[in-house]
Amino acid sequence: MDKRTDLTGAIATLRDGMTIGIGGWGPRRKPMALIREILRSDLKDLHLVCYGGPEVGMLCAAGKVSKVTYGFVSLDRIPLEPWFRKARETGSVSVNELDEGLLLLGLRAAAEGVSFAPTQVGLGTAVPENNPYMKTVVSPYDPQDILLAMPAIPLDVALIHVSRADHWGNTQTDGPDPYFDDLFARASERVIVSAEEVVERLDRTHSDQAYKSLFHRGMVKSVVPAPLGAHPTTSHGVYGWDMDHLKTYGATAGDAEAWAEYMAEYVAGGEEAYQAAVGGAGAVRSLPIPVF
Amino acid sequence: MSDTPEFTLAELMIVAAAEAFRGDGELFTTGIGTLPRLAAGLAKLTFEPGLMMTDGEAFLTEDPVPLGAQAEDVPGFAGWMPFNRVFATLWRGQRHAMVTPVQIDQWAQSNISCLGDFKQPKVQMLGVRGFPGNSICHRNSMLIPAHSKRVFVAGEVDVVSSVGYSDKRWPEGMRRPDIQVGPIITDLCVMDFGGPDHAARVVSLHPGVSFDMVQEATGFALLAGDGMGETPAPTAAQLEIIRQLDPHDMRAKAVKGNPPGLRQAA
Repeated sequence: MDKRTDLTGAIATLRDGMTIGIGGWGPRRKPMALIREILRSDLKDLHLVCYGGPEVGMLCAAGKVSKVTYGFVSLDRIPLEPWFRKARETGSVSVNELDEGLLLLGLRAAAEGVSFAPTQVGLGTAVPENNPYMKTVVSPYDPQDILLAMPAIPLDVALIHVSRADHWGNTQTDGPDPYFDDLFARASERVIVSAEEVVERLDRTHSDQAYKSLFHRGMVKSVVPAPLGAHPTTSHGVYGWDMDHLKTYGATAGDAEAWAEYMAEYVAGGEEAYQAAVGGAGAVRSLPIPVF
Repeated sequence: MSDTPEFTLAELMIVAAAEAFRGDGELFTTGIGTLPRLAAGLAKLTFEPGLMMTDGEAFLTEDPVPLGAQAEDVPGFAGWMPFNRVFATLWRGQRHAMVTPVQIDQWAQSNISCLGDFKQPKVQMLGVRGFPGNSICHRNSMLIPAHSKRVFVAGEVDVVSSVGYSDKRWPEGMRRPDIQVGPIITDLCVMDFGGPDHAARVVSLHPGVSFDMVQEATGFALLAGDGMGETPAPTAAQLEIIRQLDPHDMRAKAVKGNPPGLRQAA
């Protein structure tokens, strides 16, 4: 029952061609340490499913992505994710571009074990034309009630960053918004969590925060200790996003040599070297959570 | 009119855009971008106190959050509005968003996805994001800071991201949803799709702007609305509220060159 492993052990369980759901929202609470471990691996031909942030662009830059299913891909203050934009404009990845709510509905259908979710969302727009696999259904109650049948989006694995976890796979996630991490977990065969902090037993040390559990441990396959593992995205309660670093990364977009330099400077050496390269744990922990 | 305070075009647009929310009652209001957000805040603080709005993250605030606020200046939270609840609210139709698409066509369809061919875009933009669901479920207004034929395009927008009044994209036999397109506030005028058969029409012209100037900057035919007059100037009280909502004058960067509200004759 001890689900603890390290980044290498967790990512070694992935295979080429897998459909990988990624929790978080834009540059918020992304499992970036797990993503960097994928960047260090030989994995390829991945299908990403997400409300995307820098993980999408980085994996595209490294040539690991064949397809992206997304509600959006954005760095928020940098509205257009630079490397994803290049990948789209050069046609190097195929996409399912969905309405944000359609992605929710597809994950929910997979989570509930049904093959589609009926909705009016997407009708009257280019979404069905740009996703030609989509079909419509007629309500059995009213023939003029024609709906889009949003297909389920089952995931092979979900990667989710949490605030703390224990060795059994119980988790707690701080922050004002759970996003759709519960749906990514439920739509998935199995979940790999990275955690700012891993304790022996949450029931002994953090019992009063049990309501912060977004999904139960029965879905969680691996628990990876990853302090600062969401950097350069936000990990609520610990640090805000690092817009300067996101700009540094974004400036490599479209330039293979610059990307190779980024990989060498920040990724290749492992997480300890990464933390040193971005200024150390103290600097990361002092990044403010942005206010709007 | 010596007692009329000086104002910028951006401030004129904020006051005009606030009118888009009149009558909304307790709708959840999302102004996306500097001017729409200030417009929503102004509406709430003047004539629509029931509007629900958030801190931009996950909480409802009864006092609009000033732009560029520090953490200690954020007003208290009145409720919780995480993204899951945003979708639940918008699917009820209980929302009004003011957005800034990249293209708008004569059928009120708009585009924020990409320019050119979707399969290999010339310019990738935001993706359709929430536009398909928003536009079929609830009211949407628009604010365009640079009125031109590149925005108000001839023919159809490149990627139809929000639904409009075109006939061609709906499944045959489908009962049409009730689509609510609110006003469009630009740097030249206020317009809407309230003409016959949802034709685009100019509701009011900003000071110093002629109908012909607007038509010249638009890729499709416009009608002059009944009673088309001049967009009202901000009052001193409205300008004071705008200053409180935007203490760092971020509105000065919202319209190119930050021109005055009263255009000089060309």
